[in-house]
Formats: sequence, C-alpha cells, structure tokens
Amino acid sequence: MIRYIRWCAYFCALLLVALLVNVARVQVWESAGYGANPANKRPAIERYAEPRGEITVDGRPVTGSRDSRQLLRYERTYKNGPLYAPVTGFSSQTYGTSFLERAEDAVLSGTDPGLSAFPLWYELSRGRPGGGDAATTVRANVQLAAYAGLAGKRGAVAAVEPATGRILALVSSPSYDPAVLSGTGARVKEAWERLNADPTKPMLNRALRETYPPGSTFKIVTAAAALDTGVVTDVDAPTQTPDPYPLPGTSTLLPNAGTGCADASMADAIQWSCNTVMAKIGVQVGLRAMTDTARRFGFNDGGLRVPSWVSRSNFDTDMSPDQLALSSIGQFNTRATPLQMAMVAAAVANGGELKAPYLVDRTTQDDGDPVRRTGQRSLGRAMTPVTAMRMQELMVKVVENGTGRNAAIPGAVVGGKTGTAQHGVGNAGTPYAWFISWAGPGGGRPPAVAVAVVVEDASAVRGDISGNGAAAPIARAVMEAALSTP
Amino acid sequence: MTALTAQVAEPAPPPPPDARAPKRRGVELSLLCGAVLISVLGHLYVGLTTTGHIPRPAAHYAAGLAVAALVAHLAVRLFAPYADPLLLPIAVLLNGLGLVLIQRLDATTPGNVTAGDQLRWSGLGMALFVLAVALLRDHRVLQRYAYLSVAAALGLMLVPVFFPAVNGAHIWIRFAGLSFQPGEFAKILLAVFFAAYLAANRTALALTGRTLFWKLKLLPGRVLGPILAIWLLSVGVLVLERDLGTSLLFFGLFVIMLFTATGRIGWIAIGLLLAAVGAYAVGTFEPHVNSRVDDWMNPFASIERGDGPGQLAQSLFAFGAGGLLGAGLGHGQSFLIGFAAKSDFILATAGEELGLVGLTAILLLYGLLVARGFRAGLALRDPFGRLLATGLASIVALQVFVIAGGVTGLIPLTGMAMPFLAQGGSSVVTNWIIVAVLVRLSDSARRPRPAEEAEA
Repeated sequence: MIRYIRWCAYFCALLLVALLVNVARVQVWESAGYGANPANKRPAIERYAEPRGEITVDGRPVTGSRDSRQLLRYERTYKNGPLYAPVTGFSSQTYGTSFLERAEDAVLSGTDPGLSAFPLWYELSRGRPGGGDAATTVRANVQLAAYAGLAGKRGAVAAVEPATGRILALVSSPSYDPAVLSGTGARVKEAWERLNADPTKPMLNRALRETYPPGSTFKIVTAAAALDTGVVTDVDAPTQTPDPYPLPGTSTLLPNAGTGCADASMADAIQWSCNTVMAKIGVQVGLRAMTDTARRFGFNDGGLRVPSWVSRSNFDTDMSPDQLALSSIGQFNTRATPLQMAMVAAAVANGGELKAPYLVDRTTQDDGDPVRRTGQRSLGRAMTPVTAMRMQELMVKVVENGTGRNAAIPGAVVGGKTGTAQHGVGNAGTPYAWFISWAGPGGGRPPAVAVAVVVEDASAVRGDISGNGAAAPIARAVMEAALSTP
Repeated sequence: MTALTAQVAEPAPPPPPDARAPKRRGVELSLLCGAVLISVLGHLYVGLTTTGHIPRPAAHYAAGLAVAALVAHLAVRLFAPYADPLLLPIAVLLNGLGLVLIQRLDATTPGNVTAGDQLRWSGLGMALFVLAVALLRDHRVLQRYAYLSVAAALGLMLVPVFFPAVNGAHIWIRFAGLSFQPGEFAKILLAVFFAAYLAANRTALALTGRTLFWKLKLLPGRVLGPILAIWLLSVGVLVLERDLGTSLLFFGLFVIMLFTATGRIGWIAIGLLLAAVGAYAVGTFEPHVNSRVDDWMNPFASIERGDGPGQLAQSLFAFGAGGLLGAGLGHGQSFLIGFAAKSDFILATAGEELGLVGLTAILLLYGLLVARGFRAGLALRDPFGRLLATGLASIVALQVFVIAGGVTGLIPLTGMAMPFLAQGGSSVVTNWIIVAVLVRLSDSARRPRPAEEAEA
C-alpha cells in the first residue's frame, strides 16, 4: 500500500506542477495580450484613476479634473471650454481624445516615459507618475479677440507668430464645450449625438481640419511665384491682360469683381484683387513652378502636425492651362485650411522663410520639471527674401489703400489680402469671406503676428460678402491683441 | 503502463530506535507566530490602501486571530503532541490570507460586506478543530461509524434538492439567514466510509474475482456492489444538484482510494475511461456544463460576440494584470469578475494583487499541506488510517486543482471553493475538520510506540 500512496502523492505533485506552469503562462506569457484586450477595463481604470495633467494658456490651466467617484474616476473639466475647444479638443471616457488631448495624451495621462527620472521605478512599483502639463503657445487675449470677432458667425481664425511659428490663436465658430463629453453614461452619449447631428458642426475644428477654397488670398502665392521665377520683374509694369480674360483653350471668360483691372500691373492686381491679371500670371508662371511654390508654402503636405494633425491643403499638380488659371486665383480645386493661409501670410512677414507652426511650447512634469520643449523648426524658404520684401510692400498697399482698409491699425505696419471664394455646384453656395494679414510694430522691427480669417457667413446678404467687410475687422482685432504687450 | 500484480500490504518497517521522538511543538508555535503576523500585517495593509487609515478593529482582529491560533496550538500540544508541526500553521496562514483577500474585496462591494461572517465561520472552524482534536483520541474509532457516515453523507447531499437553487445549483440549505453547503461536509464522511470499507475488504478487492483478460480482474460483485452503488448515488445526486465540481471531486477521490487500497492499474484505467465517457456525455447533454466547456475552449468568445468579457475572461485578465509581482494588495481591479470574486474566483484576486510570486507561494502552501497528509499516511501502520490520510490529502489536492485549474483556464471551470481562501462558511469549517483529522492521523503516525504494540 505504501507504494500506491507514493504514486498518489506523485500524481498530486504532478497536478501542482501543472497548476504552477499554467499560472506562470497566464501571468507572464499571456499577460501583455490580456492587458491589450479591448474588453479589459483595467487600462482605462488606471488611466482615469488620477487627475489628468493640465493644458495651460499663458501659464494658467484651461482644463481641470473632477472626481466622479465612478469606475473611470477623474473626468475632464474645461474652464472656458468653447473658447479653447479647437486647441484642447476633448478628453472623454466614452469617446477618447482629440486634438491636444490626443496629441499630448502620453504626458497628460502620465504614461510618457519622460515623466519620471527613473522609468524602471514605476515599472517595479506598478505606480504611475502624475499627469504632466502641456503649456501651449496660445495667447489668451489673441484667442479671445478672435473668438469675440467670430461670435455669431461661422468661420475660423488662425494666428501665428511669423518669426517662430508659435500659434497664437486657433478659433473655430460655432464651438462647443468639450466638458459635455467627459465621463460616461446617457448624458454624454446624448451630448455626443446632439453635437454630431448639429448642422452647424460645432465639433468641426475649422481652423485645422476644414479646407476652403482660398479665393483671392491665394493670389499672394501666385504673385510670389511670379516674382521668384522672374515672370514678373517689375510689379508696377502693365501686364496687358484683357478684362474679362478668356481662359486659355476655352471660350469661358473670367470676369473681375471690381473695375480698372484691364492691363493692370501686378501691384494693382493685388491691391484691387484683379482675377484676370493674376490668373494670366499663374498661367505664365506655369504648372511646374506654381505647384513648386505652392508646395513650399505648405500646400499638398498631409503630414503637418502642430502636434494635432492638420488637413492637407490642396493645389492640383496636373491641370490644363484654364484650370491652372482658376487655381492661381484660389478657385477650381485649390483648397486651404485657415492655418495654411496664416502660414502664407507668415512666410511673407518672415522674409520668405516659413516656420513650422506649433501649438505646444513645452511639456512639464506635475512638479514643473521640463519633459520636452518644442524647438522652432523651419519648413524651408517659401520665396527669396527679395520677393518677400516686395510682397510685403504689395500687401501693405492693400491695407493702406486697397481692398483691405478695414484691417488698418494706427501706429502699426499692416499688410493683408482679401478674398472672396466662390464654392458649391456652379458657385451657387454663399461665397466665403477671407482675410489674411500680418502686422508689426513698424520701425524696422519684424512683424509680430500673421492671421488668417475665414467667415462662411451663410446668413449674410451676398453682396456683403467680402473679405474686407466680414473678415478684415476680425483680423484687425486679432492683430491688435497680438501687438498689445501681453 | 503494465498492470501490476496485486499485492498484500507489506509489513511496516520497524520503527527507528530513537529514545525520544521529536515532538516539534516549538517549531509549530514559531511558524504559527509567522502565520498570524502575516495575516495581521495583510489586514492592516488592506485597511490602509482601501480606506486610508488603519482599520478600527485591527487590535481586536489581531488579538482574536492570535488567541484562536494559540488555543488551537495548545489543543494540539495537549492532545496530539506528536502531530506534524506544519499542518496547523499552514491552515492558519491560508485562512488568514483568505480573510485578508475577502476584506480587500469587501472594499469594492460596500453593500455586501462579508469579512465579518467569514471571520465568525473561521472561528467556528477553529473551535471545531480544537473539539475534534480533543475528542477524537484515536482515528480508528471512525472505522466503526463507516455506515453511519455514509448514510449521513447521502442525507446531507440529498437535503439541498428540496431547497431553491442558487446560481443554477441546488447545493445550499438556507435557514435563519445562514446558508450552508452540506455537500462540503459530506466529503469527509465519504472519505471515512471509503477508507473503512476499503480497509476491510482490501484483500477481497485485490485478489478475488474472475480474470477478464490477462491480469485485469473483475471484482466480485458482492464487494464492489456497495461501493459502486454509493458512488453512483452520490454522483447522481450531484448531477441533480448541478454541482459538478463536487461530483468530479468524489469521482477522483473514489478512484484514488480504490487504487491505494488495491493497487490495480486496471481500475484506474477503467475509472478514467468512465470519467471521460461521463464527462463527454454530461458535457454534451447538460447545457450548464456545455457552456462551461465552450468557455474553457474559447474564454474570449463572448467578447468577439460583442457581449463583453465573461467571468473566465475577467479572471484571466485579473491574473494577467498581476504579472510577476502583482499590483499590490488593494490596487487590483478583480471586482470586475463580478459576484463570484469572493468565492470561486478568490484566487484571481490573489493572482492580481500578489502576483505570480504570491500565487506560487499560496499553491506551494497547499502542496505542502497535501504532502504532509500523504506523509502521515505513509507513516501510519493501520490500513484504515493510511487510506483516510490519503483520502483527505487527495480531497484537498483535487479541490485545489479543480478550482485553481478552472479559474486559470487549465480545465473547464466547475464551481468549487478554494480551501480556506474562498468565502463560504461550510467550506472553511469542513477544511478545519479535515486538518483536525490530519493532525490526529499524523500524531498517531509519529507517536513512538511501545515495543509490544509494534506488531507485524
């Protein structure tokens, strides 16, 4: 019997070994896979177990956290949610994150390895460093000026500092309060459905993610291409352009909105926004050179991150001459985000060098120790310095005595360009009013701000739609705010 | 595997000629101190992590546990001085850890605080341990009650059929707000019966019967009949009650004890064959079991269907989240498993919060307990005692394997309580009595015998 008892004992030992091996398999080998399973709530619970780090504007947080006492504990709150929604995006237990909340999620949620001096420590202790903060480049007064200017209208504003690429304002109107998406439950679901069903698209970030036909504001790109390629050497020389201008290879006549554009010089054409002259110049520059210049200004780049991704602005690369003519005045398939057009103005203001726009100045640990600083980055030369100087002169004329007089600021040097963009089937849609501009203190000092404003004001009378009437005053308010010492 | 020739039990080896057999009670006391200390520290730690302050009744808790352990120790010292010194400390430590885990899970279910109940049941279990050690002066007395105990066991198992089912199983008796699982206690009674019966009919079982072919012999009907009848009856009751874990346990116990008594591999083969056929049949026809098997084959099927993770998936997630070192007591999320987190799935909390390291330690503690049971069986000289020790050790081993294997996805999940750890009064009390009997058996085994008692 002794022998059989031993056998039974061996059998039980075998069972024990099987258990131990299987437990080791589950807890070590399979562990990562189980943790990554979308049905596993643990990562989410852990993620929301601590207050999220803050997004700051001018050093003051525009976000907060609220203890919900639920499973996913800390819910995001926003101070001035609608104002900063295009910057912060939302952070929702139900719908994830967007914009900065997404782009800087690793820092804000505390998973970024840079948050701890000893990453291994957190691995071992199974803890998590507190969420870090993200300090934005946005200036509250500039943002507020833009937001107030767009109040009650549909549109967007993007403002950048030409010399650095710092984004000073990013506004989309109408906006929404991201706080309504924080948390879980029917209330959040209902808010999400309501916002998504809203025909005015309050959750659309028009400044970064919507592309509009840039209309006449694109003439700045066309003019820069003409000067860079030498197609135009003297901006004041007449261009022998008929009014209206028959599009090459077709019988279609391109008209002008104003008068006095027949045979106008390029300077006049920019000042008075002549379609005919700029379309003809675009054709003369040619497809290759036009697409080249557009690319150097930032068009056709789907990879721009600020760090939120930005929609690709488009300038077609394969067109017949008549299509090129229309594209050169910002029609046909040319489309641009407001940020892209702000970059166009900024490139002119910065002597031709285009700086990569960025929104996050630096990220810090919760105790203020730096994690990362965003350095300035050049996207290369959009045009030669000489061309940039000439373009500045042309743009200043627009504001001093041209289509953009509403943007003038006493005591400051302001350059701008209006735009009215046709869109829709057969151009039946209400045109968009554009204004892009830059402003500096003058006296040889470099411009401090470049702005793009688009107003898609469906409620206005058609005749009132013009860059000067609807968009220029907003641009002026934004530039004034930027020029005022913070 | 060749069939073994049947053997009559070989004569016991002569006892070692040492004058004073070591009692090792001091070892037991120091191990007990360690066990109590670990449990109390765990209690404090859980209190700190879940509520932020030291639990108010901590001093009472510590004192209570220490006193209970000391009383149990004194009982062993007085009534079973030669008992194995590991049995009691392991039981105390496992019970203490179970209380810590339940206290920790209570923090996640404020509406259903059960640690207090479990503490009272543990107290009752330890009191019964003391009583059993004190009253049962010789395990051979149990032999006389073989038929009484089998009758009692069947009665206990039949009673819950008349009570309403809980979670699809008729295994509880409810009265006066308390629920009791009689099936738990029936395990001991059945082990006693099997041991007594097999010890009495060992020779007949091993040597008689017609040869079926080669060396495989059939058992004589009159010997095998009663056993088979009892066993079938118990299994039948269990199928009626939908308690497959216990059914599996009884079956395993039966096969193991039969093998220990007769040494016939053939029986094991037939037993396993029967088990396989039975398992297949039940798995096919019984939807309750069928779903368990499906779950085991693919624990994440419900996720793929979009119904969210099932219990087993949540359990595996918990084990996985524990990793090597665990999240730490109070830092896991094993409450996601749901209502069974404190009972069947208590091990998942241990796995998640104590990690592979802690879980391995717990499993090794069980292994040690089982090994000590077998050791007592090996050292005993009467067949009844040997069979009983083997049976009780196997009960613990099989129970641990069935439930631990179930919650870790090694075998299909069958509801069963983890000895000492899981919440459940009947289980704790039953396991304390098993330990008491093992203490008694090991005392008999290690007690130096006067020369005249050493018969061949």
